[in-house]
Amino acid sequence: MKKILSLILGVTMAALVAACSKSDEAEEKVTDGAIRIGVLTDMSGLYSDIGGQGSIVAAELAVEDLGGEVDGIPIELLSVDHQNKADIAAQKVREWIDRNGVDMVTDALNSAVALATSKVVAEKKKIVMVTGAATTRLTNEDCTAYTIHHSYDTFALANGTGTAVVKQGGDTWFFLTSDYAFGHSLETDTANIVKKAGGTVLGAVRHPLSTSDFSSFLLQAQNSKAKIIGLANAGGDTINSIKAANEFGLTKTQNLAGLLVFITDIHSLGLPVTQGMYVTTGWYWDLNDETRAWSKRFFERMGKMPTMIHAGVYSAVMMYAGAVKATGTDNADVVMEWMRNNPHSDMFGKNMTLRKDGRLVHDMYLMQVKRPSESNAAWDYYNVRQTIPTAEAFQPLSETRCPLITGSGN
Amino acid sequence: MNEVSITLDSLLGQLLLGLVNGSFYAILSLGLAVIFGLLNIVNFAHGALYMMGAYFGWMALTYFGIGYWWSLLLAPSLVAVFGMVIERSLLQWLYKLDHLYGLLLTFGVSLIIEGSYRYFFGVSGQPYPVPELLSGSTDLGFMSLPNYRGWVVIASLAVCLGTWFVIERTRLGAYLRAATENPQLTQAFGINVPLLVMLTYGFGAALAAFAGVLAAPVIQITPLMGNNLIVIVFAVVVIGGMGSILGAVATGLALGVIEGLTKVFYPEASSTVVFVIMALVLLVRPAGLFGREK
Repeated sequence: MKKILSLILGVTMAALVAACSKSDEAEEKVTDGAIRIGVLTDMSGLYSDIGGQGSIVAAELAVEDLGGEVDGIPIELLSVDHQNKADIAAQKVREWIDRNGVDMVTDALNSAVALATSKVVAEKKKIVMVTGAATTRLTNEDCTAYTIHHSYDTFALANGTGTAVVKQGGDTWFFLTSDYAFGHSLETDTANIVKKAGGTVLGAVRHPLSTSDFSSFLLQAQNSKAKIIGLANAGGDTINSIKAANEFGLTKTQNLAGLLVFITDIHSLGLPVTQGMYVTTGWYWDLNDETRAWSKRFFERMGKMPTMIHAGVYSAVMMYAGAVKATGTDNADVVMEWMRNNPHSDMFGKNMTLRKDGRLVHDMYLMQVKRPSESNAAWDYYNVRQTIPTAEAFQPLSETRCPLITGSGN
Repeated sequence: MNEVSITLDSLLGQLLLGLVNGSFYAILSLGLAVIFGLLNIVNFAHGALYMMGAYFGWMALTYFGIGYWWSLLLAPSLVAVFGMVIERSLLQWLYKLDHLYGLLLTFGVSLIIEGSYRYFFGVSGQPYPVPELLSGSTDLGFMSLPNYRGWVVIASLAVCLGTWFVIERTRLGAYLRAATENPQLTQAFGINVPLLVMLTYGFGAALAAFAGVLAAPVIQITPLMGNNLIVIVFAVVVIGGMGSILGAVATGLALGVIEGLTKVFYPEASSTVVFVIMALVLLVRPAGLFGREK
């Protein structure tokens, strides 16, 4: 008798709880009464110019364009400095989700940070839209159902610049590679593209991150007699490599191919040193009226033009808000599914499609840095040499090593 | 690097480049050694002062059209004044305390300086052209050396020699050394010790700024440029023996060369090799190669 009573009690309780939670869901599909977006970026370190404060401003511009809300539910922005440390990033994101109710994390500059964040986010069933990091591991070995890789990746960079340079006759390569995951990944991707296009790779030298003097490495590159010196590094390392290459006169006999160069790097080095260089990018401020109008707003607040990462953050917030509006929920599974089925367009790109491996595919652009005489104003730096169509810009889905698709599991 | 054969010519080239980098280490560690030797302060703000020197040079050129040669004089003077203000307002209260307090204070100062430069100028940095007189390069047979790099070696050796001469061979240097050895007694002889100490810190700051202007045409001027260098320079000072002037200069040059060789034979370790040497030296000679046990 007692047993039956407790059973009945148990069932009633369960039903009550279920009813309660159901009514909650019906009334409040967006949890905690707000859509919270976290901008996770490098505020003070070597990547703070390509992301940093600019990423926060880009997200603010998106929130303004959305009127600060989605169907009456306010959008709240949070931001944090991850100091380029994966452990700090992971801990911060965990705190954001558990304590602040963050629904979507964006930017996630630095490949190590992005990989760590994507693990936490998947575990908590929230969403990360990576616009800052480059590694293709995010859509291969380390892909998750909650990670979206926006803006660019090492494959797209290698593909754009590598193919173009070999086509122009630069068929022998030597790499100057930053000695960590990102650099290795960029070198391998580019080497494969170069070989596929009929070129040869003569060698590589790996330098530690944040090296100030590159002359020694460049001398080795010079001795290799390669026509092209591929710079598989980023930020200050790329800037100092280019500077030293000019100083030692390498650029008279050999050509540099910067594999990850941002417009802020060009701005900082100046056109006399960088002219003629090929750059692959996912976005440029001077592409069309829409990008120019948006960049003008950005410029008014930041005093400099946006990078593709900044534009990517804007686009990510717009895309996410659009999906929440359409589905009426912030449930990550529902939102992700909707985004996979509905292409997104904004000033970053048109008809951008989210693939199952998490790669957002869109057009990429092959740029060539202008000669000083061609540039009409500050920040007028690129000639568009080629629009790389969506179908060719990224690693084909058939080649992905993402377990979600190959089904091999972990 | 296995793919590229190492010839004698290229090895000579790398040695020379190592010497150029060593020159920077030498000037910076010289400044640190002077400050530590005479003030007993572990000056962690040295990297920030170096960065300030480079920025002053850049600002002078960009905003006032003042060229490289004047900057080489002007920037160190301005940074010296800044250093002396820091010494009078902050550091002078710490001399009686443990080294650790000076280290923490100067570390904090350097964070503030770097943070404000980052706020105003961003991290991507500013370019600085090589002065016209020194542009171009000279063919040395085994390599073509940019003239500017040659100048760096000459200028830094001259400054190091000059500093050594002043401290070891002149009356002023004798006062300084006496003030370090026994400040009370020196004061009793009618020598203004606080003034000497202030000037010394200013001089150390000026050396850092001099290195900054010297480096400006070679590497990108960024708020983090000192940050990347300061730890290596500290290792140089520790290897040479804290406070030893000769030690700072000699190890600065030698480590530049060793680092250069590492870049050829095992490039991945080039940022580590200095610290490996430091560990080994400390095991064998805890006071450093040129240091005296106290």
